[in-house]
Formats: sequence, C-alpha cells, structure tokens
Amino acid sequence: MATLNIIDKIKKKFGDAVVETHSFRGDETVVVKKESIKEICIFLRDDKELNFNYLLDVCGVDYLPREPRFEVVYHLHSIGKKHRLRVKVRLADGEKIASVVDIWKTADWVERETYDMYGIEFEGHPDLKRIYMDEDWVGYPLRKDYPERGYKDEYQPFGEEE
Amino acid sequence: MSGYDVEITSSDVTGSGAKEMILNFGPQHPSTHGVLRVVLNLHGEQVMNAECVVGYLHRGVEKIAESRNYHSFIPYTDRLDYMAGMSNNLAYVMTVEKLLEVQVPERAQYLRVICAELSRIAGHILCVGANALDLGAMTVLLYGFRDREMILDLFEILCGSRMTTNYMRIGGVSYDANDMFLQKCREFIDYFPKGLAEYEQLLNNNRIWLKRMKNVGKISAKDATSLGLGGPNLRASGVDRDLRRDEPYLVYDKMDFRVPLRESGDCYDRYIIRIWEMKESLKIIRQCLDQLPGGAFRAEDTKYCMPPRGKVKTDMESMIHHFKLVMHGMEPPKGEVYFGLESPKGELGCYLVSDGTGKPHRLKLRSPSFVNLESLNLMCKGGFIADVVAVIGSLDPVMGETDK
Repeated sequence: MATLNIIDKIKKKFGDAVVETHSFRGDETVVVKKESIKEICIFLRDDKELNFNYLLDVCGVDYLPREPRFEVVYHLHSIGKKHRLRVKVRLADGEKIASVVDIWKTADWVERETYDMYGIEFEGHPDLKRIYMDEDWVGYPLRKDYPERGYKDEYQPFGEEE
Repeated sequence: MSGYDVEITSSDVTGSGAKEMILNFGPQHPSTHGVLRVVLNLHGEQVMNAECVVGYLHRGVEKIAESRNYHSFIPYTDRLDYMAGMSNNLAYVMTVEKLLEVQVPERAQYLRVICAELSRIAGHILCVGANALDLGAMTVLLYGFRDREMILDLFEILCGSRMTTNYMRIGGVSYDANDMFLQKCREFIDYFPKGLAEYEQLLNNNRIWLKRMKNVGKISAKDATSLGLGGPNLRASGVDRDLRRDEPYLVYDKMDFRVPLRESGDCYDRYIIRIWEMKESLKIIRQCLDQLPGGAFRAEDTKYCMPPRGKVKTDMESMIHHFKLVMHGMEPPKGEVYFGLESPKGELGCYLVSDGTGKPHRLKLRSPSFVNLESLNLMCKGGFIADVVAVIGSLDPVMGETDK
C-alpha cells in the first residue's frame, strides 16, 4: 500500500485532528493534535490495512524559540505491510501528552528517555522517571537552552554559570 | 563476588515464611556485559521482578551531535556499539546521505556491505562467546577471540584502526580496499566455516548448554513485536523481519541470502539464529568480493563530500573544497529524515533534523540494544536467578549503545 494512502486514510478518519502532512525524501509525516494522539495510535495499530504493529521510537525535538516549542515524534513501522510513518505532536513547554505504553510496550523506556531529556510528561505512563540521568538531576539536558557542558558545580568546574 | 549487594526486606510475599529479597545485580558484574544494573526481586531462587537500571555509560552523544558538523560526528558513532563499529558508522552516514541525496559509487557500496557483514560476524562471535563464558564454557570465547582477531586485522589493513574504525564517509568510504585486504578477506571467509563448526561442536550437543538455554527466557512473537525487539532476538521468536531483505539498502538486493527464522523464542534459538546469520554473512561477503567493481570509492560531490586525503595534498581544487567543508561546514537542505538499517542487534535508526546550517538541529539514535533490554523483565520473570545471566547474554546488549 502506497504511503500516500496512509495519510489519506488518516485524514479521512480524523479530519480535524490532522494539523499538517508532508513528505520529504520518501518519509511520510503526519502532524496531529495532542488530544487525539492516543485515538490515532490505536487506529494505526488496529486497522487491518495499516497495521502499524511495531513502534520504533519516540523522541522529542526542541525548536526554541518557536512556539509551541517541543515536538514529540513517533516512528512507526508495520512488519507485515512493510511501510513506515512518522507521527508528530507539537507541545508547548509544560504541556502533557498521553502515553502510548498500553498500545506498544516499547514506549515505556523511550517515553522515559524523552521525559529525561526534555521534561515532557506522559500521562498514564506506569513509571515515569529519569532513565539516563540521576534521579536528582536538575534540568533537561537536550533542551536547546541547556549548555552543552552542563552547569558549573563542585564536580564540573568547566560548566557554565547558572 | 563483587557486584552483589544484598538487602533482605521483611515482607513475606507468599506467606510461606520465605522472605522477599532484593538483589542488586551489577553495575560492576562480569556477567552484565558492561555497566548494566538489574535490580532483582527474588523469592527464594525465583525472580519476581527484574528491573533494569541503565545510564551508567551515558555520554550524551546526541547533545554532542548538535554542536559538531556533519563530518566530525562520524567518529562518535563507532563508540556506540563498539563491537560492530562499522554498522554504526554506516547508519549515521547513510542518514546524512539520504538528507543530502548523495549518490554513492558502486565500489563504495560493496565495500560498505563487506564491512557491515564482517562487523556483524565480529559482533555475533562476541555475543555467542560471552554467553557461553557466562554459563561456564570458556573455550568458545577463546576460540571466538582467535577468529575475531582476524576480522579486526582486516579492518586494520583497511583503515588503520581495529575497533573504532571511523571508516565510512559521507558519499563513500575513507580508503579504498587494497589487494592485501581482498586476499586476506577471502582467506578469512574460506577459513571461518571451520571456526564456526568448532563453536557448534562445543555447544550444540553440550548437555549443560542445552539445559541452561532451552526453554529459558522465552518470549512470544506477539510480545516481541510489541516490545520492539530487533534483529536475531526478534527472528528467534518467529517474526520474519530483516531490513536487508525487506527494505534493501546498498547492494543487498543483488545478494542471495536467507533470513534464518526460529519459532520458540528462547535463549537457545537466539544463539542458533546468530550462528546461522554468521554463515549467511559469509555468503554475502563472498558474493561481494566476486562482484566487486572498480571505480571511485567516494562520490565526487564537492558540495557535501570530503575529497580523498591524497588529493587534498596534491590538487588545488580539492584543497579548497576540503578547507571550505572543514572551516565553514556544508549547507544541507532543510528537513527531517529517518533511516534504519539492520545492525547485528536489530534496527539501528537515525532520525536527523536539519535546519539548513552546518550542524544537525537534532540527531536521535534508535539504538537496538536499548530497546532489546526492555524485554529483559518479561523474559526473566518467573524464572530462576541463574537464568538471568543466560538471558542477558542471549540478548546481546552493548552498553555503549544502550546508554548513548
């Protein structure tokens, strides 16, 4: 099934929820509203023709100073149908998004990673805590306003002043 | 033994008088393959819960990528999965090429496939060897290292380094293969089936190995798909997915190879899939060597690709392009791309967001080891504590890649 049909199908089913679609170098992308992400994900997984049974990745992107600032990006793949799709949701700082752990179990760790790196909270996640950084770490390292060398403290003499 | 940190709590889970015990397995334990820590909830010898704690090797390469230009990030990638550095180089470089729409010369494509398959063999040897070592069979690891050494020597002939190869370049590879490499590579693929036969002889009918591996750490096809397992781990559960065949990149569509598949999804199947995959990799390398065309080993796209090192010193034009690319960086188109390839551990993907400047706006690495480890809990639950070691070994996590 051509990827164009996937987007048409989503548009037909969730007309209002689709903000934007584009295709670049063969990668099809759908930007959807954050309220309907879960509904769309369930549809993408359970629809017989689409059958996106494999969640590759969830990640955040920081577009500071654009508003809304963040994007949460889902990369989906269908093992049987062999097609791919990228779903994106735009979020402002502090906004929460529904977790997709109960749709694909892979989402557990990757959502924790997104939370750890960007501070984006996933509602309904069973155990949302930091995964790479220490539990008492301050700040979210992959945000664009977080310095590359971190902040200065007793262990980090070359970090930036807060 | 160091690494065990025992804490006995007073809760009585079953009412039988047995106490629940929390055992810290790792991060400094030889059988966790690096700095993985597993917090085990034990009831007697039975594992009630096995929670992975990762992040001890987190170096923040994704943050580093945002401040380097596209060319200078390549060396960081082979420090991710350091057991198969070539595949990591390749995944990153091919993502950038997808963004830039660079056409890679055919000779470079063949060389890339040869390197990727050699590093797949090296990775699988280590996985099988270390798994056997964890279960008490030391010989396989020693034999494995003997054979892996030959692959590392091949890489050394090709590019001067053994593990952190940094061999791939945007638009091709860093050096052309010389006759010595091609000859030694042929010698290796002629020899290696014998090495493989030795491993199989040591393990396939080994009673201890079979008892420790069969029906241990089972995972169903449904769970494996939902948990996003990849590579041999997924194929051992009966899910037929191999990107080399399903979405052929480079010259894999010209290669004749099979994708091994097993049904039960236990540790033994994951082992046997790896042995079979090494045999298939040998077939691919042989075909590549037979078909290897002549010609350039790097694209002559001066806008994006570094000119070969030799030319920089003798040719004025090349020197100018080199200077421009190093000092100013390139100007890629704006946009976002995702590319995934079949690394020894599963789908290794790169998601790259370009804002049109010389540095990536965002680079996300989808590391297969990270996702594979997620299923450790499900595989270990209900089993015995000794099986945890077998399961970790058969999942083949590389912490450099897991923690990024």
